[in-house]
Amino acid sequence: MPRNGILVSRPYERLHKEQVELIHRASMQILTDPGLLSFNREAVDILASHGAVVKSVSGAHESWHVTMSEELVLKALKTAPKTVTLGARNPDNALVMKGDEPTVYLITGSETNIWLDVDFPTYVNEADPTRKRRVPEFKPRRGTVDDLCRAAHVCEHLEMVDGYIRTVNIQDRDITEQNKDVNKFFASLNNNTKHFMSGLTSIKQLDNVVRMAELIAGGKQELEANPIISFITCLVKSPLQFVDDTTATFIELCRRGLPVAVSSSPQAGTSAPIKEAGIMAQINAEVLAGITLGQLVRPGTPLLYGSVPVRARMDTLNDSYGAVETSQYNIDCAQMARFYGIPNYSTAGVCDTKIPGQQSSVERLFSDIVVAMAGPQYLHCAFGLLDCNSVFCLLQAVLDDAHFKMIKFFLRQPRIDQAEIDAVLKQIREVVATPQKMYIGHIRPVLRSGEISGVYPFEGSGETDDVFELAYQRMNELLAKPVQHIDEKTTARIFEEVPGILPRLNVHERRD
Amino acid sequence: MSKDMLAAIKENVIQGRKTQDDIGIDDSLAGTPGVVELTQQAVESKMSPQQIVTEGLTAGMQVVGEKFSTKEYFIPDMLASAEAVGAAMDILKPVLEAASVETKGKFAIATVKGDIHDIGKNIVAILVKGAGYEVHDLGIDVPTERVVEFVNEEKPHYLGLSALLTTTMIEMGVVISALEENKLRSGVKVLIGGAAVSQEFAQEIGADAYCVDAFEAVRVLDGYKKASQVA
Repeated sequence: MPRNGILVSRPYERLHKEQVELIHRASMQILTDPGLLSFNREAVDILASHGAVVKSVSGAHESWHVTMSEELVLKALKTAPKTVTLGARNPDNALVMKGDEPTVYLITGSETNIWLDVDFPTYVNEADPTRKRRVPEFKPRRGTVDDLCRAAHVCEHLEMVDGYIRTVNIQDRDITEQNKDVNKFFASLNNNTKHFMSGLTSIKQLDNVVRMAELIAGGKQELEANPIISFITCLVKSPLQFVDDTTATFIELCRRGLPVAVSSSPQAGTSAPIKEAGIMAQINAEVLAGITLGQLVRPGTPLLYGSVPVRARMDTLNDSYGAVETSQYNIDCAQMARFYGIPNYSTAGVCDTKIPGQQSSVERLFSDIVVAMAGPQYLHCAFGLLDCNSVFCLLQAVLDDAHFKMIKFFLRQPRIDQAEIDAVLKQIREVVATPQKMYIGHIRPVLRSGEISGVYPFEGSGETDDVFELAYQRMNELLAKPVQHIDEKTTARIFEEVPGILPRLNVHERRD
Repeated sequence: MSKDMLAAIKENVIQGRKTQDDIGIDDSLAGTPGVVELTQQAVESKMSPQQIVTEGLTAGMQVVGEKFSTKEYFIPDMLASAEAVGAAMDILKPVLEAASVETKGKFAIATVKGDIHDIGKNIVAILVKGAGYEVHDLGIDVPTERVVEFVNEEKPHYLGLSALLTTTMIEMGVVISALEENKLRSGVKVLIGGAAVSQEFAQEIGADAYCVDAFEAVRVLDGYKKASQVA
C-alpha cells in the first residue's frame, strides 16, 4: 500500500482554460522561435533523428541551435507516463502519482551547503540579574555526511514527510567528487525508509549508485518494480539552454528507465521575463523540451514535470522564494502539468530569511498553503530550508512538520452529506431545547476521532514564546528514536561491491 | 461489594459517563450503568453518602483533574465528568441533608444585566457543581434587584458574576454596591469572571476574587472553604 497523499479535490487554479492554452501555444512558439541552445551533442543527435532542426553555432563552446515542432513535443508527451510510482525501502512508503489527480505528497530538499546548528545560551538582564532567559542562537557551518544522516533520521520520523530529497551537501574532508554520490545515497537510504531523490554529482558514479539501490531493493528487477531512488536533473539552464554534463546524466538516467524530475529553475527578472506570462511560457517550454528529449531517449521513461520558478529580489537580484509571485508561478506550473497529465514536481516553503523566526514562518507557511492547494503531486516543500536553498536547519524541519499537519487538516474533504445533515439537525434541536443550550456534550464522540485539529504542538505555557525550545526537544526525541537501518548482510554486500563509502557509515561494524 | 461500587462510580466519573447511555472515553463501559445509576444503587443499598462523595465522586474528579493537567483530557472531558458528579450530587442531596452533612457551600451565579452571554457562566456552574458545591444558576441578563433578592433570601456563601462585554462589566460594580447598601456584602464572597474583566477591575469594584477561568473559580472556592475550616 502506498502512502496516502493529500487529495485536493478542488485544486486552486489561477489560470482560465484560455490562459492555459495561451501559455501552451506560446511555449510551442518558443521551441521553434527562438528555439533552444544545446551544449550537449548527444541530445542534439537524438532530437535531430526525430525531426528537430539543428544547426551548429560558432563560439567558444561547442553548441547547437535546436528547434522542435509542436508535433514532436506532442508525440513525446503521448509516451510520457501519466502515472509515476516512486518506491521506497519500506514499500508502505511508496508514492503513486497520477498526472490528472491532484494528490499531494510532501517532500524535503534541496541540497544546501550550510547546516545551521542551534543552541540556547542563557542571557542575564543587566538591570536585574535575577532575570534570566534562554535565547536561541543559530550557528552556520559546512554540512557533513553525519548531518545528512541526522537529517534523514529525523525526516524518517517526521509524520508529514512523504519522501526524502537529500537536504545537505556533504563537505567532509574525505568526501571527493568521486565518492560523494555513493556516500550521500548510502547515508540517506540507511537512515530513512521513504523514497529517496537526489541529484547526481558525477555520472561516473551512476553504476555504483544503481548497484547500491539494487542490493537494497533485492535485485535489478526488484528495483524496477520498486524504484527506491529517483533523480533530479536541471538539464536546462534558463533561458532555453541544454547544459552539457547534466543533459548527459539525464540521457543516461532515461536510457535506464530510472525516474527523473525534469527540472527548470528560471528566475523572473534575470533568466526569464519578469512578467508572469513570460516566465510561464518559458519554463513550460524548457520543461517540455526536457520531457521530449527524455521520451525520445526511451519512450515511457517515468518523468516528473519539474518546476522551480522563482522571482528575483530587486535589492540583490538573488532568488526570492519569499516573493508572492514565486508561489503564483508554482501554482501555474501545477496547472500546466495537469493540463499535460504529467505528475508535477513543485516547490514551496523556501524562505528568504537566514534563520528560523517570524519571517521564516510567514514566508514558508504562506507558500506551503497556497501551493499545496494547487495540488502538485510531488511538492518539494523545503522542510528545514532557509536563505533561499542555502541553509538547512533541522529545527526548522521539525517546525515545518507542524505546519504541514495544519495544512493537511485544512485540505481534508468537507463531510457534508444527507446523513450528516440529518444528524446535526437532530443535535441542534436537542441542544436548543436544553436550558444551557451548549453543544459541548456532543464534542466528545469526535474528540479523539481525528475530526478536530490539534493544538499547535509547540505552544508554550503562560505568556512566553517557547516554540524553539519545545521544537528542539522534539527534534532530540526524534533523534533518539531508532531507525530501521539497512540490514547487516545487505550492508556488508554494499560495502563489498560499491567502492568509496566511508567506513564510519557502517553502523553494524561501528557497533562491533 | 461497596468497594466495587465505589470503584465503579470513580471509574465512570473518570470516563465522564453520567448515565448508561453515555459512551465515555472509550467504549469499554458501553451499556453498563453510569454515575447516576450507580449512585442511585449505592443510595438504595444504604451506603454512606460521605463515602460515595469522597471515595467515588471526588476521587474520580481528582483523576480527571490530573489527566486534564497533563493534557490527556480536554475541557469537554472535564465537563462531562463534572456533569456526572453534579447529577450524582442531586441524588445525594436529600440523603446528605438527612444525615446532617453539609455541602461544600452554596454558590449562586449570574450573567449581569444587559449581557446575554452564558457559555462561560454555564461552564463555571457545571464545574463548581461537579466540585461538590450547591449551585444556583440565576441565568442571563439578571437585574441587580434579582441578585440582591436571591442573596437576601437564600444566603449563598458565594456569588459568581459573569460579563463578556466592556459595556456590561460595570454592572458587576453596581451589584456589589447594591449588596453593600442592603447590608448583604459581608455575608457573601463575590467572584467575577469574563473576557472583559481583570484582576485590576476586580479590585477596583471591590470584588473578592477575579477568576480567569472555571478552574480558577473552583480553586478560589476551595481556598475559601479550606480557610473557613481552618478558622
